[in-house]
Amino acid sequence: MASLPTLLRLAVFLLLLAFLLQPGWFEPLLKPLVQENAPAVYNRGSLFWLTLLHLRTVFVATFAATVIAVSLAVLVTREAGAEFLPLSRSLVNIGQTFPPVAVLALAVPIFGFGEKPTLIALFLYGLLPIFENAVTGLTTLPPAVTEAARGAGMTERQRLMQIELPLAMPVILTGIRLSVVIGLATATIGSTVAAKTLGEVIIAGLQSNNLAFVLQGGLIVAALAVLIHDALQALERALAGRTNA
Amino acid sequence: MAIGVIRETERRSLPFDKLGVIIAALAVYGAFLAPFATFRANRIVQGEGKAILEALPPSLGYGLLALVTFAIVVAVLKTSVPVRMAAAFAALLALGFLIGSCAGNLVPAENAYARVSPASGFWVLVFAFALLVADALTRLNPGPGLRLLFLAGALALVGAMLATGRWDGLSILKEYASRADTFWAEAGRHLTLALGSLVAATVVGLPLGILCHRVERLRAAVLNVLNAIQTIPSIALFGILIGPLGWIAAHVPGAEAIGVRGIGVAPAFVALFLYSLLPVVANTVVGLAGVPRAANDAARGLGMTEWQRLVTVEFPLAFPVILAGIRIVLVQNIGLATIAALIGGGGFGVFVFQGIGQTAMDLVLLGAVPTVVLAFTAAIVLDALIEVTGPKHSRGKAA
Repeated sequence: MASLPTLLRLAVFLLLLAFLLQPGWFEPLLKPLVQENAPAVYNRGSLFWLTLLHLRTVFVATFAATVIAVSLAVLVTREAGAEFLPLSRSLVNIGQTFPPVAVLALAVPIFGFGEKPTLIALFLYGLLPIFENAVTGLTTLPPAVTEAARGAGMTERQRLMQIELPLAMPVILTGIRLSVVIGLATATIGSTVAAKTLGEVIIAGLQSNNLAFVLQGGLIVAALAVLIHDALQALERALAGRTNA
Repeated sequence: MAIGVIRETERRSLPFDKLGVIIAALAVYGAFLAPFATFRANRIVQGEGKAILEALPPSLGYGLLALVTFAIVVAVLKTSVPVRMAAAFAALLALGFLIGSCAGNLVPAENAYARVSPASGFWVLVFAFALLVADALTRLNPGPGLRLLFLAGALALVGAMLATGRWDGLSILKEYASRADTFWAEAGRHLTLALGSLVAATVVGLPLGILCHRVERLRAAVLNVLNAIQTIPSIALFGILIGPLGWIAAHVPGAEAIGVRGIGVAPAFVALFLYSLLPVVANTVVGLAGVPRAANDAARGLGMTEWQRLVTVEFPLAFPVILAGIRIVLVQNIGLATIAALIGGGGFGVFVFQGIGQTAMDLVLLGAVPTVVLAFTAAIVLDALIEVTGPKHSRGKAA
């Protein structure tokens, strides 16, 4: 028997899917928000397609950020890289004070308009929470476990791959989740520099004073964020449960 | 402990500083391979890069290269922390001072259209030596007072460069010069948006947090709603609020007189306020929940009323955590206020989005750089405050 929150999420998911594939069904709901002759459903492209592009941008940026951030975290938590640990921590703290919009704006002069500055901004901004959590995960392992692994004669590489990373995985996933949620919202701003994301719908609404566009763009992103956030959280719990058992 | 021991043995075995090698590689690239300044015939055309020796008169150019080389050597060798700090600081100061000389050197005096701006080499050098300063600072692990002093010193130096007109020839300041009035008006609006919504969120969020702490059934509901608001992307929330606020302005008598309008500052202010509530309320709840039971029991034993207990025991103990929530809000608001420009709310975002629209990157910088400086300053100041108000034993743990 599924619990109420699960059913709610399923309902949100089905509603989202229905809206993306058959936006026409929802037109009567959105109609009161717009002026007489204005379109109530986004008509300058497929919402479904924009959503896929939006998700692709966030996915590519977060994937790259995860690979780099976890590698860096592994590096600074090894003996050879220990020297960099304090500095990298303060750099992450400094980096997180940079507003995502500013990162995006500063990426434009270097990478031009379109997809690239958005990807770079999302990647750079996504690095920070993942790195921070990966370092936390790798430095707060129970000493008994790492000692046992050492005692069992495992090499450093084996310890990393079979003990340390799996144990740190739930904490790393928390970082990835933070990054994805920030990325989903920040990607919409990417549309101000001509990236193909759901921000296009919102900006089109702002420009033509069409509240229905703004609302549907915003709600799709919000629904995506909530669903992905909860799915990753469930994955974290499952992983944490498995390693604790 | 283990890390300390390993580090000691490594220090003896390797003659070079590992981070120093990376900094040196960056600095060599920045000084010798990348262009130092960009020269453009007018504001929006493609520029041509100029190396240090092309951009500066020979005496200054060779002087800068010598200083950079010296700082590189200091970074690579295992020198003491104060020496590293001094070398990096000297290099940064020289870079800041000399980038201003490029404009006079590259542009003929009568040419009003040509633009000179710092190029990738300059930024890479600044980044490399800022990294060296950050490393030295991390190793020194200064207390909150000293950190504030460093911040004040750095801001004063930048202020001095600006006030004396050292940088007036640079492109970003030419953008500023043609918009000096609007710049300060937008700066004021940016601060009003960021700080005003923070104050409003604190005034509403603190009592709400205390209420959530006391009434458990309310807690989950309030925090869930506030969490849901956070998932709405900022430009959408700003846009969504245009409708209801426009309606209020039209139908509620007096609303328009106090500045409630569908477009402009009002929706931006309300959106920032809504985003700010979660960190304030959540941290108030966490802070109050973290008050030790013994402290509460002792207060009850003394016969304190509920209200006395809250004001004299619970609130002071929870204060550092609440302050941490306020820090999150302030830094986040300073960034988000940039987006207010998209709905006519003003702020530094005006320059960012105008610049993007005109592909005038110096204009983008005129909006982005002050935003970053503000956010950074706010973070350092509030971190220092949190540390001062926090429990005494927490210091030194960061290292």
